[in-house]
This record gives sequence, C-alpha cells and structure tokens, in this order.
Amino acid sequence: MGKTIAEKIFDAHLRDEPFSGTYVLDLDRVLCHEITTPVAIADLEWRGKDRVFDNTKIKAVIDHVTPAKDSKTALQGKMLRDWAHRHAIKDFFDVGHNGVCHALFPEKGYIRPGFTVIMGDSHTCTHGAFGAFAAGVGTTDLEVGILKGVCAFRKPNTIRINLTGTLAPGVYAKDVILYVIGQIGVNGATDRVIEFRGNIVDEMSMEARMTLSNMAIEAGGTSGICLPDMTTVDYLWPFIQNDYPSKEAACEDFRRWHSDEDAVYEKVLDFDVSTLEPMVTYGYKPDCVKPVGELAGARVDQVYIGTCTNGRIEDLRVAAAVLKGKKIAEHVRGIVSPATPKIFKDALKEGIIDIFMDAGFCVTNPTCGACLGMSNGVLAEGEVCASTSNRNFNGRMGKGGMVHLMSPATAAASAIAGVIADARKL
Amino acid sequence: MKKTFGGPAIFLDRSDINTDEIIPAKYLTEVTKEALKPYILEDLKLEGFDPKGQALKNARVLVTRENFGCGSSREHAPWVFEVNGIHTIIAQSYARIFRQNTFNGGMLAIELPKADIDRLFALSREGAVEIAVDLEGQTLKARAGGREETLRFEISPFDKALVQAGGWVEFADARY
Ligand code: SF4
Repeated sequence: MGKTIAEKIFDAHLRDEPFSGTYVLDLDRVLCHEITTPVAIADLEWRGKDRVFDNTKIKAVIDHVTPAKDSKTALQGKMLRDWAHRHAIKDFFDVGHNGVCHALFPEKGYIRPGFTVIMGDSHTCTHGAFGAFAAGVGTTDLEVGILKGVCAFRKPNTIRINLTGTLAPGVYAKDVILYVIGQIGVNGATDRVIEFRGNIVDEMSMEARMTLSNMAIEAGGTSGICLPDMTTVDYLWPFIQNDYPSKEAACEDFRRWHSDEDAVYEKVLDFDVSTLEPMVTYGYKPDCVKPVGELAGARVDQVYIGTCTNGRIEDLRVAAAVLKGKKIAEHVRGIVSPATPKIFKDALKEGIIDIFMDAGFCVTNPTCGACLGMSNGVLAEGEVCASTSNRNFNGRMGKGGMVHLMSPATAAASAIAGVIADARKL
Repeated sequence: MKKTFGGPAIFLDRSDINTDEIIPAKYLTEVTKEALKPYILEDLKLEGFDPKGQALKNARVLVTRENFGCGSSREHAPWVFEVNGIHTIIAQSYARIFRQNTFNGGMLAIELPKADIDRLFALSREGAVEIAVDLEGQTLKARAGGREETLRFEISPFDKALVQAGGWVEFADARY
C-alpha cells in the first residue's frame, strides 16, 4: 500500500508511539514569535528548565506588533529577545530585519521538503507549500518543542484536493482557496492534512502556493501540503546549491517525498476552477464566500494589503498593476504592509511603493499589525475593511469591525472604488 | 493549580465558536494566564449571552456544539477557561489545535456524539445543570430538575494520560 507525503514525513521523523494512534515526531524547525513564545519561556524558567533542544533548529522573530506599541508589547519583545540571546539563537529577527513569520522564514530558506515544522501560530500550515509537514500549535506544544524537539500528532489522514483547469485572468490563488473553503466549510478538514494537487498547483509560483497552504487552517486543516517540484527547487536554490550537483538532482531527491500513486486518501475532491470568479467573504466565517459581483458596491472604510497570506512581492505587483496611475477613494484609508524587509526593498526598486503612495496608501513597516487588530490600522466599531488577510472573525481587526477577505487585485480595486469592486471591470 | 472536573455547567448553543471570540487578540499582550481572567468570551456572538453574567462566573463545565475553538492557535483560549475555573469542556467536535491545547494543559475536552449533546441541551431547559465527570470510568452524569443523564465518552489513551500526568510538559519531560 502506498503512502502520502504526510505519512512519509511521519515515518521519517517518528520518535515514539506512546499509544496506538499517537505519533511523537522529531522536529526540524521550531519557529517562534513574540505573542505565543514568552509564556512558554516564562513557564520553562518557572520549571527550572530554561533550555533549548537545538539552537540552530529554533528560529525566532518579533513580527506581530513591531516596533512595540506600548509597555506590554515591549515586554513581550524583550522576553523573546533576551531568551534568543541567552541561548545564542542566531536566527533571531528584530526591528530592521523582521517581517511576518510565514513570509520571512521561507524567504530565508529555512523550510525544506520533508521537514517537520511547528510554530505557536495557526498559519504555520503555510510552510506546507514546500512539501513540509507544518502545523500550528499552542504554547505548551511549543514549549515542549523548544525543550525536547518533539511534538505529538494523530495519524495524518489526508484529503486530496485536485485543482484543475485554467485560471481566468484576474483570478488568483487567493480566490481558489476562498472558493475551496467555501465548498468544504470551516470544519471541512479538521484534524486532516490537505494535499493540494492538480495542474493549477503545478503551475503556481511558490508565493501562490504559500497563499493556498496558508488558509488550510481556515478549513480546520492541520497542514496544507504541496508536492515539491522544480518550482520549489528554483525558490530554494540559493540555499541548497552546495548540497546538489544540479537543480535536476535536487528535484530528483525531493521526489522521495511525493505521495505514491496508490496512496490512500480519506477523501479526494476535484475542483475544476476554469470558470472561477474573484471571490470575497461576507459575514464572520471564512467559508462565507461569494463571487465579487454579488458583493460589489458594499461599503469599505479601510483597505489592507499585506499579511502572511498576501503580503509577498507577487501580491504587491498585482495590486500595483491595478493601482497604477489611479487614486484611492477619498473616504478610504489604504494601508499596505510589505511582509518582509526584502519584499519592501524589492517593491521600492520596482517602483511599486511609489505607485502605492501616489495612489494614497500609507506604507507601513513589515508587520502583522492590522491583520489581528493589534496595531497599524485597528478598526472602529461598525467599520469595514477590505483585506488580503485570512480571517474575518468578528472583531478580528478591532472590536465591532468587519472584514471582507479577498485577493490583492480585488482589494486594490475596492480601494479605488471605495466599495467592493471587481478589478477586471475598473 | 489542581484541576477539578465537573460542577455547574454553562451552555453555549452555537457551532464554530472561534478563539477570537473566546479571548480577543488585543489581550494576547498579557504574559500571565491570570491576567486574562476578566476577558473570557468577551466577543462571543450569541443571543442572550452575557460574558459578565453570574452563570458564567459559577460555571465549572462548558457545553457547546461543533468545531469549538476554531481559528487561532492561541493557548490563551483554554487558559482563560482554566483561570475561570472551567476545566472541562464538552462539545460535539473541536478544532484540532484547541483540543490539543486543552489536553496539553491537563484539562478535559470531551467529545460526544450529536445525540448526547442534544440530550444535554434538552436537560438544560429543565434548570441549572450540574455535571460530574468520572475520567477513569469514562462516564459523566448530568443532573437538572430531578432528572439525570448518564453518558459514556471516548477519550484517546494519550489524551487521558496527559490529563493524568497534569499536562504535556510533565508527560514529555518524564519520557523524552
Ligand atoms: S499576518 Fe495575520 S494571520 Fe499571518 S501570522 Fe500575522 S497575525 Fe497571523
């Protein structure tokens, strides 16, 4: 009987099976940010176990609220910073070098096919785009990960989602994943791994695959995995070129993580996305999704472009193409947060930052900021934001505020129109 | 803190209650569990629910529907229940991370089939419900208005071991 990629990764990392159906895996990466890690650090100190299992496998960043906005967030940053220095964690990113975790860590080449990755952050599933098993965990799992380098999971039952057809111009990975979540529901993949397959995924860039994998958790998925291929190799090449004689050799090596032809899936879902329209959420759950046409005209007060879902260079390019030579509506506050310093610099070089600023956008430093309503664009009661982020929960961007999720193109078009708008019809 | 399983129950009749509703992100700047206490379920969208009410204050058990705790991985969600004395949650299903976080902290996230959850909700219409949990025997007794329901529950041996050990740190530290 064949195996799925997740099963192969589990086999290769199995440390212990304390009970039937419980798999304790060795971890290749334990990623940390300043919101969920300080409590783990404090607990380890309190237990007299302030140690780390391997300071080269632990990576840390201050990204959610940075630079600190008040004494409390300053303390969270300080706790992470002091801890990283105390344990000589070399890959620690602070002001001037920091960016949104799920954009920054892949960009640094830390995530490789076949890896096991955990982080105290639900969107850790993003890293599955590299053919890794990457899962968001809570602070206790993170704490044990830091101390022992292990994490426990149940059997990785997998739902295979085949995405086929041709994406129409103006339709992006974000629209695909919103559509898929709309189809399977916020509970559709709970406790399951999603394996994204099909020619649509094969043709996607790593950035687009990350957008896809990023939102696996919005359907409840433990991880959202794409199989590693030449696109993966191209992205990682600067970091792996000394390990392989050629790109072809790297690609061949990565194939050992491919699911077998006769792998067993719990479910296989086929979606031909050829007729897909740009999608937008309404309400307070990410599975409340409609084609943009049905929501066009709905009022927006703020437009937010950024985050671990859609704050990468490709996303900024798409938004800039829509914004070029235009002005955003007078009543709209436009905010763009390039997800990492590198993305920021590339956007500067390409003239994208100019386009955003000329259109009337405020450009912030790389941070999560407004995405979770902690800084840099919190909504007031009753306000509405068109956002490229991944979560539209009640109060997510500020108490009493409402969020519509959409692609960077739709967000940019909505900024110009001042209401939800279809970028193809501007 | 010693965990207690059982006591007066509060009923939240909705599915997909997410962790932003349980504890909004703006309170994640706290670095102690205790500081979260006043903010429990502050943003819950549920008709007639009062996050400052006596029913929630008295509760030691929470009963709800499907996909409880979806969304963010924040362990602040089970913690805010813990510091408010709610160490047992009973639902039809959970989001994976929330369920694991609850067991990792040595607390109980009991899963029951829909029919049993319906039975508990029916009982709650007869008056205040008191629930007693027997972890060893994997049964719970719910009492209200002179009526009693006894329900069996399944729990994986691993999750049970976590509760008995007091949490995942204790379990992992003894073993790895
Ligand atoms: S950008 Fe938003 S969703 Fe992504 S890690 Fe930051 S807060 Fe979480």
